Amino acid sequence: MSERKPLLEVDNVTLRFGGVVALNQVDFTLYEGEILGLIGPNGAGKTTCFNAMTGVYLPTEGQIRFKGEQVSGKKRNKITKMGMARTFQNIRLFPEMTALENVLVGADAHNTTSVPTALLRLPKHWREERQSKARALELLNFVGITGRSDDLARNLSYGDQRRLEIARALATNPALLCLDEPAAGFNPAEKVALLELIKKIRDSGVTVLLIEHDMRLVMGVTDRIVVLEFGRKIAEGTPEEVRDNPKVVAAYLGVPDAA
Amino acid sequence: MTTETVKKQRWKLNLRDRFQDLPLPARITAMAVFVVLLYLLPTKAFYENLGFPIPMGSGYLPFYTTGSDMAGVLFQCGYYILLALGLNVVLGYAGLLDLGFFGFFAVGAYTVALLTSPESKLITEYNWFESPWPWLVTVPIAIALAMLSGVLLGWPTLRLRGDYLAIVTLGFAEIIRIVAKNQDWILNGDRGIPSVGHPPGTYSNGEAIFELDFAPYYWLVLTVIIVVIFLIRNLANSRVGRAWVAIREDEDAAELMGVPTFKFKLWAFAIGAAIGGLSGSLWAGQANFVNSATFSLENSILVLAAVLLGGAGSIGGAILGGFLVIYLPEWLRSVGDVFGWPTQVTVGGIHIDVSPTSLRFVIFGALLIVVMIYRPQGLWPNRRRAAELKDRQKEVAPVE
Repeated sequence: MSERKPLLEVDNVTLRFGGVVALNQVDFTLYEGEILGLIGPNGAGKTTCFNAMTGVYLPTEGQIRFKGEQVSGKKRNKITKMGMARTFQNIRLFPEMTALENVLVGADAHNTTSVPTALLRLPKHWREERQSKARALELLNFVGITGRSDDLARNLSYGDQRRLEIARALATNPALLCLDEPAAGFNPAEKVALLELIKKIRDSGVTVLLIEHDMRLVMGVTDRIVVLEFGRKIAEGTPEEVRDNPKVVAAYLGVPDAA
Repeated sequence: MTTETVKKQRWKLNLRDRFQDLPLPARITAMAVFVVLLYLLPTKAFYENLGFPIPMGSGYLPFYTTGSDMAGVLFQCGYYILLALGLNVVLGYAGLLDLGFFGFFAVGAYTVALLTSPESKLITEYNWFESPWPWLVTVPIAIALAMLSGVLLGWPTLRLRGDYLAIVTLGFAEIIRIVAKNQDWILNGDRGIPSVGHPPGTYSNGEAIFELDFAPYYWLVLTVIIVVIFLIRNLANSRVGRAWVAIREDEDAAELMGVPTFKFKLWAFAIGAAIGGLSGSLWAGQANFVNSATFSLENSILVLAAVLLGGAGSIGGAILGGFLVIYLPEWLRSVGDVFGWPTQVTVGGIHIDVSPTSLRFVIFGALLIVVMIYRPQGLWPNRRRAAELKDRQKEVAPVE
């Protein structure tokens, strides 16, 4: 493979909550343009790892670097501005805002209109509004919820809400999109459609980090997989390598008692 | 390819929908007529005819406050509407529960009083300046100081959320009131500051416009309200307004979507405070006399009630709420006469006062409870309507 540029480096990250070690020296690198799967049984620390990356938690030890720049300790909105966007395991849209407004909030991440500009309706306000709105409508179309832009987010179907969350995250113009179990609660047909969407996102030039339970989805779409168990990385490699790794099989299926 | 346009048939029961569907010139005309009527409201010949016949009592139910000066009540409604508009930014948009909002009103009122009164201690004792300043000059200062106090209060406290913020803001308003009441070196305690300045202007015969007659004050505050509505609407329909609502809905998610939450919460606080201070300075311009007794906790609660009654997050709601919390008790004060309601009943030799005048706050309270049970979203809730029809059409246009 040609020279790969690292986008996100998780460097020996340990995260403790009191006596609980949620992440134990987790270490992996995400390269530009790939889809990396982060998998593991329940409670393995996948979402915690996400939270550490996006600034929700501060790692106890170790470093997280994004585009070569230290992430930990930065403000969360600054991290988003650097180009890291995420969705949530439990959907966290702004329920009383319309679908369009939800995406606009994401698009606003790079806008600079503040109170004086908005108060006086200066040209900058109009320009940013126009650009953001066009971009937001385009993204709603991209994720496949055209025609629902004026509906309140809470009135959208579950699947559309998941898609809207992806559109909102994409609106921040990320280099890296972190999807936290985007297929949770989906039926097989919806999963197939989601798989296509994730590939489309990658093809548009966004690197994707995917937390997922559904092995088939992960195998089908990811370039590489990192497996966590009890806060440790137990395997890393291509889907095939990971699938055949006895440690992974053990983690998912359990180990037979030693005879 | 022939595209068959499917029109959704909707029953337009909602008044707002019907109004929105009118052509733009019609809407503008309707609004203009309404505004003109508002300006006419304190005219006796006009308001005396507001009412409708009823088949009981005196046969006519007036809408105006027969027991108190209509223009005075309207002016009071006016500065409460301003307060409600200010709190609506803080509570309705950004979702920050501020229980001490009247504190900013106090800052505005005291600023005007100290600078415009010839008996201000800044003049009589400290010789900061020779003669009192004109009212008009002090209003921007009052707004700026209220804003500053909002920022100073918000800077440490906006890191708190929900109940904690409520307690801190409650404390702020109480601190202002108690300091004003007890210290003597500038605000003059309960004795207060007399001879506060009035807004400028004289009639052609040389008489001052802003004296004892309430009507000019009402016109002034009405004009200010209209300007404030435009400015708030500008903010609400912008990145700032979206950020506020996003913070209210889910602060963590907003921050993770790149919203600088602290900055916008502070802005909400500062803008709310500025409007509160403006309201205070308008009130002081009329009141003539400012002391600590005006700034009791009930006022903060009343403003809060106004916002919730009208519907948090809605400009129309804040206006309706601010109007009702002042107008209803005043109206109830005299409306009993219309029905021939007895002023007192005697039960076992004990006289019980049952006049609506005495019971007006009981009735008002009961009404509040009823509204909150049957319409918890408020009387005029904010319903986030379709942005612009144009966008929608563009969006659903056939792709191929």
